[in-house]
Amino acid sequence: MTPEIGHFALALALAMAIVQSVLPILGAARGNILWMQSAKWSSLGQVFFTSIAFFALLQAFVTSDFTVKNVVENSHSLKPMLFKIAGTWGSHEGSLLLWVLILTVFGAAVSVFGANIPDSLKARTLSVQAWISVGFITFMLFTSNPFDRVFPPPIDGQDLNPLLQDVGLAMHPPLLYIGYVGFSIVFSFAVAALIEGRVDAAWARWVRPWTLAAWLSLTAGIALGSWWAYYELGWGGWWFWDPVENVSFMPWLMGTALLHSAIVTEKRDAFKSWTILLAILTFSLSLLGTFIVRSGLLTSVHAFAVDPERGLYILGLLAVSIGGSLALFAWRAPVMEPGGIFKPISREAGLLINNLLLATATGIVLFGTLYPLFYEALTGGQKLSVGPPFFNAAFIPIMLPLVFVMGIGPFLSWKRADLPGALQRLRFVAVLAVLATLAIWYIVRGGPVLGYLSILLAIWLFVATLKEWTVRIKLFDVPFAESRRRAANLPRSTYGMTLAHAGLAVAMFGFIGSSVWKTEEIVFVKPGSEIEIAGFNVTFEGLERVRGPNYVADQGRLTVIQDGEFVTELFPESRYYPVAESNTTESAIRSTMAGDLYASIARPASEEAGAGGTLTLRILYEPLVNFIWIGSAMLVLGGGLSLSDRRLRVGAPRRGSEKKISNASKVPAE
Amino acid sequence: MTRALALIPLLIALVFGGFFLWGLDPDRDPNDIPSVLISQPAPEFNLLEVDGLATPSFSQADLVGNPGPVIVNVFASWCVPCRAEHAVLTQLVEREGQRLFGINYKDKPEDAVRWLTELGNPYEMIGADSTGRAGIEWGISGVPETFIVGSDGTVLYRYVGPVVGDDAVKKFREALDQAGAMEIEAGG
Repeated sequence: MTPEIGHFALALALAMAIVQSVLPILGAARGNILWMQSAKWSSLGQVFFTSIAFFALLQAFVTSDFTVKNVVENSHSLKPMLFKIAGTWGSHEGSLLLWVLILTVFGAAVSVFGANIPDSLKARTLSVQAWISVGFITFMLFTSNPFDRVFPPPIDGQDLNPLLQDVGLAMHPPLLYIGYVGFSIVFSFAVAALIEGRVDAAWARWVRPWTLAAWLSLTAGIALGSWWAYYELGWGGWWFWDPVENVSFMPWLMGTALLHSAIVTEKRDAFKSWTILLAILTFSLSLLGTFIVRSGLLTSVHAFAVDPERGLYILGLLAVSIGGSLALFAWRAPVMEPGGIFKPISREAGLLINNLLLATATGIVLFGTLYPLFYEALTGGQKLSVGPPFFNAAFIPIMLPLVFVMGIGPFLSWKRADLPGALQRLRFVAVLAVLATLAIWYIVRGGPVLGYLSILLAIWLFVATLKEWTVRIKLFDVPFAESRRRAANLPRSTYGMTLAHAGLAVAMFGFIGSSVWKTEEIVFVKPGSEIEIAGFNVTFEGLERVRGPNYVADQGRLTVIQDGEFVTELFPESRYYPVAESNTTESAIRSTMAGDLYASIARPASEEAGAGGTLTLRILYEPLVNFIWIGSAMLVLGGGLSLSDRRLRVGAPRRGSEKKISNASKVPAE
Repeated sequence: MTRALALIPLLIALVFGGFFLWGLDPDRDPNDIPSVLISQPAPEFNLLEVDGLATPSFSQADLVGNPGPVIVNVFASWCVPCRAEHAVLTQLVEREGQRLFGINYKDKPEDAVRWLTELGNPYEMIGADSTGRAGIEWGISGVPETFIVGSDGTVLYRYVGPVVGDDAVKKFREALDQAGAMEIEAGG
């Protein structure tokens, strides 16, 4: 019975969405306040019904209701409870339901927390948001109903893809979706602003918290996914430039650009059309991701069950939403009056460079991801694939100048900045970065020049970010108590920036160390075999058969010795899931700040081999890899701090001729 | 901002849309992709010899520094098309003096020995890939697959499926000639 309730609730949510997509926007056009305010109730109604639908599916998974087709295909009665729950969003249909739930939650959040937003803008925004709801709920009801029943019900389910049975991955889709879908509300704000024909500093301030919330969830989602790939796939490495990774990365890059250009719109009333365009493009790239993952357009390790009919439906959605919004942009953007003027050396200009570089980087990733498709279409069916060499060669040269500018940018003031002055402050930073890099070179030796150049820039960014903070609080220039008072009075958004920029520098150490100085050995081992890697002596002791709740595993035992002293034992596993009939590798990792020693084994081909024969051991040393996760956490925390800034919570910005001075600009950037 | 400038994003989106529409053609199989190894060095792998066979095993090092291009063939005794292909490969070795290396993919040693005894052994070296690990490194999608590796150890060509039939043999021989010609040009 519950699945039918869920199905019915979904239909009611659609009805709500249809009303909301028409009534508030008409109300805004006619000045009918009641119609405008109806959005509040219809958006809450949508959340109510999509939640019922979601919990109905969740209930079917938790109770292993094998009369529901989706549960049969993606669950199993023996699966641990956490993964039964995660199975709810493990399939195409279930993940789409989560998508829609988050979409409606964001709409309702704007109607509840957006008390300071003018009625007409809010009404238009919520109507646009409802258009997206209508598109996706109909998509579910017509092509991907998660509540389809099967008759006769099978005795047990087919199990969730074992690779996906992992804590990191259970959390990865929800966070990623909050990010993806969170940008929908920014998109809705942008389209509403285009319809109103008005973008100003107040608009940018209303949009900012939503952009931040979406951005930090997306950051966390991508980092979790990467972490999962690192320890679950057993390949070593945390980023593969796979199409599905790329489609989550593109909205992130674009969203980062948006986050920065919106600051200029908020503080200086400039970059308006550009900010609007970024808001549209960021969500468009999220939609593109949804399309690519679910249509079978490109080949990837991640693909959902693909279906060209679904692909066609999403392409139609894309055509309407992206095509429609960009057409609106082409029509309305030229009439928006340009804002604040600035000199070529100023914080605006710095952020402009940031935006151009991020947009170029996004373009490169987009081009590399879709190039196989373009090539196939233009050559009449010839295939090729674009791999890491292209992305590394094209992407890194864009990112390094960005990091360089990131060090300087915060020192520049709005409108017109004193570049020599800023560079003078940074002289000490530059010297320190060069000395530290030389010291690292002296210790490490070997490795490519690009590796050292990247390290130089990472140190540069980290120290420059700290320096900028010390300049703000006038550390050592004024008595310490005064500095402390200044530090306490800095707005949280400033700390957010410092933390996030420093976080990127920290993550860069991880990126560089684990890709440039990684060592890897693939060897055949027998009990007693010894391997030398990165100063460790690893002995393979033997293999043991162990049993898990829904798998059996061959567990290897490795003893790790360094400089004659016992370090640790590692237990990599090769698991077999009988129900899903598939194998996974469970790598064993010894993690330290200096680096990870990473071992995975490949299952012996036959039983005899398992009883003492040979098997393949893959062992890697990835220096500094944990810096990636720490840096990512700093990015997320920085975003969170900035989100908690009081200017976003209190002091409702008022539209008008008067230019308000924000809290943040009270502390001169000098 | 001028109107023309504001139109650019829409135009780009339309071009993308056109490609996507084309890409949704149900007859298209995006998984049919040629090897990413082409023009790349042959992958690292580590193989034991086939138990009960006198032929030595080989590793990536054996593919580097040969006087001319060599053929690397992935085969298995359980693979029926391999049987048909075996005759073609034998001919390439015996009549044309090509050098052939074999990767015995997920096979039982005794079956492989029986198969080679029955049909003859044209392989100079054979590695036993009992786990399929080397197969992954080579990025094979099935058995048989055949690669041409240049004297510097670079993968020059990949053929998916059995090199059997006039067309296939012609294509493969052309690739082989081209590989040889390239080496001569390069002064090797």
